[in-house]
Amino acid sequence: MRLFWTQLRRDLLITARGPAEAANPLVFFVLCAAVFGVVAQTAGERLVGHGVVWVLALFANVLAAESLFWRDYEDGTLEQMLIHARPFFPVALGKLAAHWLACGLPIVVLSPLASFVFLGSAADAWMLVVSLLVGTPALTLIGAVGAALTVGVGRGGVLLAVLVTPLQLPVLIFGVGVAAGHGADGGAFALFALAAMLAASITLAPFAVGKALAISQEY
Amino acid sequence: MGMPPAGALLAAENLSWAAGGPLLFEDLSVTVRAADLVEVRGPNGSGKSTLLRCLAGLLAPRTGRVARRCAIDYVGHRPGVCERMTAVENLLWLARLRGFADCDPRAALDAAGLGAVRHDVCGALSAGQTRRAALARLPLGAAHVWLLDEPLAALDESGAGILRGLLASHRQRGGAAVCATHRSLGADAGAPPLPAPRTVRLGA
Repeated sequence: MRLFWTQLRRDLLITARGPAEAANPLVFFVLCAAVFGVVAQTAGERLVGHGVVWVLALFANVLAAESLFWRDYEDGTLEQMLIHARPFFPVALGKLAAHWLACGLPIVVLSPLASFVFLGSAADAWMLVVSLLVGTPALTLIGAVGAALTVGVGRGGVLLAVLVTPLQLPVLIFGVGVAAGHGADGGAFALFALAAMLAASITLAPFAVGKALAISQEY
Repeated sequence: MGMPPAGALLAAENLSWAAGGPLLFEDLSVTVRAADLVEVRGPNGSGKSTLLRCLAGLLAPRTGRVARRCAIDYVGHRPGVCERMTAVENLLWLARLRGFADCDPRAALDAAGLGAVRHDVCGALSAGQTRRAALARLPLGAAHVWLLDEPLAALDESGAGILRGLLASHRQRGGAAVCATHRSLGADAGAPPLPAPRTVRLGA
């Protein structure tokens, strides 16, 4: 019994020294609730199905983004890129394209299956695929800026989610709008908006990633 | 604060750096000319790595400026070798990133004593072999100034000999190097003679 109390006291002490870490699950819990709340407004009766698939794609994306620069940071190849890659933009874009092909595209391909098998929603599967095909690269690009900023902090999981999810919400809202075929135009406006966001993030995010990675060298 | 002194490949003026605490160094000036070997010495935590990162442009010094007049190469505490790629793949990736038209990774790795393991993923190499894989890329580039952070770390005697040889031939071609080190990196007596290493001492 003494061993139990010894260990309990030690671990509570450690938690008290770094309360932010202990708050992570709570923050994540609240974040999920908020994201579902937002999506429910857009998706309406399509929430279970396309709406849920989009939220899951968002969280899967944030989860994957954490590891984007971590390996390169740890082994020092990131320093080599920062010193030698002139200009940095194509290097960042190439890195993000590879990341999306490995982590984003499989989700897009599997999404109609997931929507049908697990959520019983078979309607407009192609709208779901199109929305994710345009939307998830934008999520990856936005997430990468956050990942670049937190790479020196180490295991920035929830911090990263809190940082980038608000920025990704517009993509999520219009993505769900496309998938749910909203409005008189059947989601056409939402699709244009989504494509505009993708175009903007392709042109801006690699620059921001370069700046953020340079800042991360200060840690 | 004028232009860097004539003939300087790299000149740092009045650098200071502090990381939220006391100053690690202050008013530090270093001028690197052709054939120079500058050894940065000092106890652990005295700012050797930080100084090299400032010279490489990875860190912005709190005061002062660094003028780089030539290509640099940098091998840091983290060697810049991806453990999921082979030594050859690592060399070729960096060569392409830097825009070298052609390079011979095989010869470079043979010279570093890694010929037999050049197609093994670097995760399977020892710490010393990984360091050799990082040093093997130095002669590939046309970089005039090498910035090396404790390049002898984890190297055995033959590895240290290879490094001294690389440094000597680099300097004979007019290159220069700044090395954070605890042991001297000057080459054994040989012709043609090179200037004696200079020392920058930190944390006095």
